[in-house]
Amino acid sequence: MVNGAKLVIDNVRKVFSTKNGEVIALDQASFSVKEGEFITILGPSGCGKSTILRVVAGLEEPSSGHVYLDGKEIKGPGPDRGMVFQSYTLYPWLTVEQNIAFGLQLKGVSKKEQQEISHHYLELIGLKGFEKHYPIQLSGGMKQRVAIARALANDPEILLMDEPFGALDAQTRSIMQEILLKVWEETKKTILFITHDVEESIFLGDTVYVMTARPGRIKKGITVPIPRPRDYHFKSSSQFLDLKGELLELIREESIKAVR
Amino acid sequence: MWKNIFTPNKEISKTAYVGAGIVTFASLIIAWSVLSYGGLVNPLFLPSPGQVIKTAISMFQSGDIYRDIGISFSRVALGFFFAALIGVPLGILMGTLRIMEGAFEPIIGFIRYMPASAFIPLFILWIGLGETEKMAVIFFGTFFQLTLMVMDVTKNVQHDLIEVSYTLGVNKLQLFKKVILPASLPGIVDTLRITFGWAWTYLVVAELVGASEGLGFMIMQASRFLKPDKIIVGILIIGLLGLLTDLIFKAIYRASFHWMKKEGS
Ligand SMILES: Nc1ncnc2c1ncn2[C@@H]1O[C@H](COP(=O)(O)OP(=O)(O)O)[C@@H](O)[C@H]1O
Ligand SMILES: [Mg+2]
Repeated sequence: MVNGAKLVIDNVRKVFSTKNGEVIALDQASFSVKEGEFITILGPSGCGKSTILRVVAGLEEPSSGHVYLDGKEIKGPGPDRGMVFQSYTLYPWLTVEQNIAFGLQLKGVSKKEQQEISHHYLELIGLKGFEKHYPIQLSGGMKQRVAIARALANDPEILLMDEPFGALDAQTRSIMQEILLKVWEETKKTILFITHDVEESIFLGDTVYVMTARPGRIKKGITVPIPRPRDYHFKSSSQFLDLKGELLELIREESIKAVR
Repeated sequence: MWKNIFTPNKEISKTAYVGAGIVTFASLIIAWSVLSYGGLVNPLFLPSPGQVIKTAISMFQSGDIYRDIGISFSRVALGFFFAALIGVPLGILMGTLRIMEGAFEPIIGFIRYMPASAFIPLFILWIGLGETEKMAVIFFGTFFQLTLMVMDVTKNVQHDLIEVSYTLGVNKLQLFKKVILPASLPGIVDTLRITFGWAWTYLVVAELVGASEGLGFMIMQASRFLKPDKIIVGILIIGLLGLLTDLIFKAIYRASFHWMKKEGS
């Protein structure tokens, strides 16, 4: 086990049995995340990215291997690991404010405190004034921001994000990335962020882990040596473009394997 | 106004839309009038619209019809109430717990194809000819469909919504109460609306045997005494009552689920 790591994924294997036989989604997947780190995982589609995140969330049990959070082995889902999905998962019958306070209400936090916390996060994600709106009245980008706020309001140890901006258009996605970085810098959360978008993985991450084609393993970890805070100008720097070239090369090899 | 009226999936003007409905209705009335006033059919089989209206007025004036409506309504409402009382919770459980689905889906799926009317002799044998038997027919006619429909509604709750709830800390009971139930509620109300409509269609069957009052009974009596105008009035009343309950359910739906509407908050 890596010393001082917040999250340790240790030799995880995940096999799904399907009608057409067994699918090995993950094999010998190992890596660790330090407290406060922003880790992005980059891989071709179908390589097991979601599976790895779901194992960490406790929504999927590893076939073998272990996952530890703060030294304790993960058994099943819990509010110490917040999750944001690619699909929109707000409760449509609750207002924005009630959505954000959902986890707090489960914990028995007082009404007043619920409101204070949800307003704090609403402000952080730039949606002040939308307290009483219902999800149906929000755009896709707004919904995902509320989903992030809802996960953060629970004050989890780690935030797990599975291609949360994957369904958004390029402009919105780029703005969402900047908002997320701002939120991260203010909350100092540990974040594990999955994407198949090379630029996104570099722009957000302290370290980018590239996955192999299925069965998924970590192929290579590349640190992004670019200081923070970052803004979109960084995407046109030569440092960024060099990294992008390197990662594109790595991911291309795997994508070719994946389609074969 | 005539734009797009024959283009598939295209919106048309409101006038054209409503107009089409009126034209259909009017054609039916006109066909009826031509047949009856034109003397093309024997009034013993098809009375004229005027005759039906006259009969309706006199039936309401004499007042017996109110009693029939009342008793029929209570039979339908109570039979349906018990079907919903058991069917809704059972359907929710079947839609959420695979073990409940495994236990009940096959048997319900089988029974629902059995005609409720064929069970009447058995019901009479078991529970006699009283009100309970009438309600049993209504119950039998709606319960199984209702339960399966509620099951489907509950099953269709977005899987990610359930999973994200676990990551927010719900336990199993809270998942039912705070996620699955509110998420399926609109679908459940809609299911109730549709199946209540079906309950009305079982009324005449329920009052076929051993009834001495009610709309179905009145219709059977009218048939015996060759009074087609009364039969038509009875049918129209049942149709209107069904329509009315449908509208009430729709109003409940609109009032309860304002979060489904895009405008305003
Ligand atoms: N519940 C499941 N049952 C069977 N196969 C699955 C299941 N979940 C994922 N898989 C398979 O595992 C592989 C990895 O899936 P996933 O982790 O969703 O990939 P990614 O998120 O990288 O696109 C895919 O081949 C997928 O079909
Ligand atoms: Mg995925």
